[in-house]
Amino acid sequence: MNKLVVSLSPHVHSGDSVAKNMYWVLAALVPALICSFIGFGVGAIITTAISVVSCVFFEWAITKFIMKSDKCTICDGSAVLTGVLLAFNMPSNIAPWIVVIGAFFAIGVVKMTFGGLGCNLFNPALAARAFLLISFPVQMTTWPVVGQSFNTYLDAETAATPLALMSQAFKGDTTALSQLPSAWDMLIGNTGGCLGEVCALAMILGLVILLVKKVITWHIPVSIIATVFVLSGLFNLVDPIRFANPVAEILSGGLMLGAIFMATDYVTSPMSKKGQLVYGVAIGALTVIIRTFGAYPEGMSFAILIMNAFTPIINQYCKPKRFGEVPAKK
Amino acid sequence: MEKLKSSLTNMLAVLTVIAVIAGGALAMVNSVTAPQIEKINAKNLADGIKAVMGSDDVQVAEPVEIEGYTSYKVSDAQGNALGCAVTSSTNGFGGDLKVLVGFDNEGNILGYTILQTSETPGLGAKADSWFQKGQKGDIIGMNPGKGNFTVSKDGGDVDAITASTITSRAFLLAVKNAYDNVIAAQMDGTSSASAQKKHCDKNEECGDCKEGCCGNECDKHEGCGDCKKACKDGGCNKKCDKLEAKCCEGMNK
Amino acid sequence: MNYFKIIINGIVKENPTFVLLLGMCPTLGTTSSALNGMMMGLATMCVLIVSNFLISLVKKLVPDMVRIPSYIVIIASLVTMLQMCIKAYAPEIDKSLGLFIPLIVVNCIILGRAESFAAKNNPLASIFDGIGIGLGFTCGLTILGSVREILGTGSIFGFNVYSENYGMLLFVLAPGAFLALGYLIAIFNKLKKA
Repeated sequence: MNKLVVSLSPHVHSGDSVAKNMYWVLAALVPALICSFIGFGVGAIITTAISVVSCVFFEWAITKFIMKSDKCTICDGSAVLTGVLLAFNMPSNIAPWIVVIGAFFAIGVVKMTFGGLGCNLFNPALAARAFLLISFPVQMTTWPVVGQSFNTYLDAETAATPLALMSQAFKGDTTALSQLPSAWDMLIGNTGGCLGEVCALAMILGLVILLVKKVITWHIPVSIIATVFVLSGLFNLVDPIRFANPVAEILSGGLMLGAIFMATDYVTSPMSKKGQLVYGVAIGALTVIIRTFGAYPEGMSFAILIMNAFTPIINQYCKPKRFGEVPAKK
Repeated sequence: MEKLKSSLTNMLAVLTVIAVIAGGALAMVNSVTAPQIEKINAKNLADGIKAVMGSDDVQVAEPVEIEGYTSYKVSDAQGNALGCAVTSSTNGFGGDLKVLVGFDNEGNILGYTILQTSETPGLGAKADSWFQKGQKGDIIGMNPGKGNFTVSKDGGDVDAITASTITSRAFLLAVKNAYDNVIAAQMDGTSSASAQKKHCDKNEECGDCKEGCCGNECDKHEGCGDCKKACKDGGCNKKCDKLEAKCCEGMNK
Repeated sequence: MNYFKIIINGIVKENPTFVLLLGMCPTLGTTSSALNGMMMGLATMCVLIVSNFLISLVKKLVPDMVRIPSYIVIIASLVTMLQMCIKAYAPEIDKSLGLFIPLIVVNCIILGRAESFAAKNNPLASIFDGIGIGLGFTCGLTILGSVREILGTGSIFGFNVYSENYGMLLFVLAPGAFLALGYLIAIFNKLKKA
């Protein structure tokens, strides 16, 4: 290798790479995976495994046979991460073929069609979740309860999630809110739901890992959670029988999962800090609105997808200041 | 031939001629097809009524409009009143949901059909079979005036279509509205006289009145023993307790 | 002018669904099943052939400044007649397509062909253009309808291929129409290049 390499600056590399970030995110998801295994039994592991394997397979097959490229795109870990996140958005007792369809949609349709990692407009795992939710509403909304024996998979017991109860309360069921599990139960993961929404504590642990490792900044998660807290708090003050208390709102459903792992996806979120705050507040507000007034009990995923679509516009209006820039004189 | 110039007279003349020809052609087609369309609409309605009344041999009286609900009194070929078919519409998940429901003389549901729907295919659109006889959400034979005629999620007696609670609610509401506004109103009018007649006399024993004090089917002189529904409904509990308390306990479970 | 060429042009080179991307409203709205798509395509084709023919006949008589209103009156009358006939003689089709038949009036394909072909060519060629474009539209809608029906409900033209329980509902709904259309256009372009 005696070639002279001519390239643009910068020439010093910090050692940061896509793969490194992806693997730290994966590491941050491990506590949640353990929690869901404890909660739902082996079904949680099986679902995650199927999802990861099929995501990686589709990524490899599409790169190799359709894009005819020899680049090893599966090595950067993004497909693995998509697989894990997709699994975390599904109930543990979901049929395997639905997981495979979801993986195909995430990788094949949402990611590779637009050109692969970095070019996708929407978060692949979330878009696949929305696709599955609309396509298989029955299977995607029968949530298993926690405390299954370790070998349960497809035969898990099911029950309404806290969010379904909240939605009922809004529609006029005055007793629904009293059936809500306590905030402590929701925090440690003693409620039903999809894999990743079980244990809020594990999610927060994941957030700490990501922040310490500087994989993400605090702007998006904190602005989402704060907005949801404030907005649902206002609703709760107006009518505590129809609207759940804000602590339950932020601890339930995929809010933590979405705010920490989904909304912060590099590719589909704004780049500047100011933009990230706008993005986070908008997601929080949309989530509360969809949860309260919409047809679906869970609004997090739709809110993030909607804001994914707005990301290019936010990027355009919230450009970071150029170094040394002097404001133009009028 | 040269193309016509865009002068005012030319434009007016051309547009007028085209409009007149088009109007004439439309009128002609309309006069040919209108009777046929009328016939089809009438046939659709008649078929619908036959289906919801569960009988092929029916006479349909002129429709009556009651507060936005169209009600057709239906009788069999001999002229015995079979009941009423009522159209009713509510807001479903995707738009208007219009149903035709058949009630018998007591207000029990004989059948229903969906006239207009824009519900989601595969979900809410299942409503046209879901609530039929033998299906999961069977409402045939139920009486919207009795019991809790809502989906089980709202504490009612009817199983909602899986993953389509909103459509199910809308559907049941449409049926219930039809009952409340048409059937119940009619029964209030006609049955006040018969209700008097049915009223139990002094002794007030369930056994003595066939359809009387407990509003249900006692057909033997054995108090509540054979009056299953009465026990369940608690209609004649006071009398039953003395006679055959065992039965009531059993039934109430 | 080679009439056969005109027809092929309508089906492949200027396919209204996959190449011109005209008439998207009925394309996305009516293709929830293969049969619906085909019926919509055929209904549009009938209107297209007759309107192309009539407009080509009167093209010299219509002053330029009022040509659009004149064409629209002709097309709208044809569509209304078609709707009446369908209501009277094919109530089944009316049930599934009723809402979309009047929309043929504002289908850009028809006005577009009137403007770009019928107003410049002789009546016979215009009829063939109507057939070609109409067939192209029918093919496009039938293919899109088949794809959506088979993915969404597991059947094709009403024949069950696999259990409905495995169908992906999304494809019966509007978003699925966009997705399926996008991929079909991609495939069509790929095939055309090859």
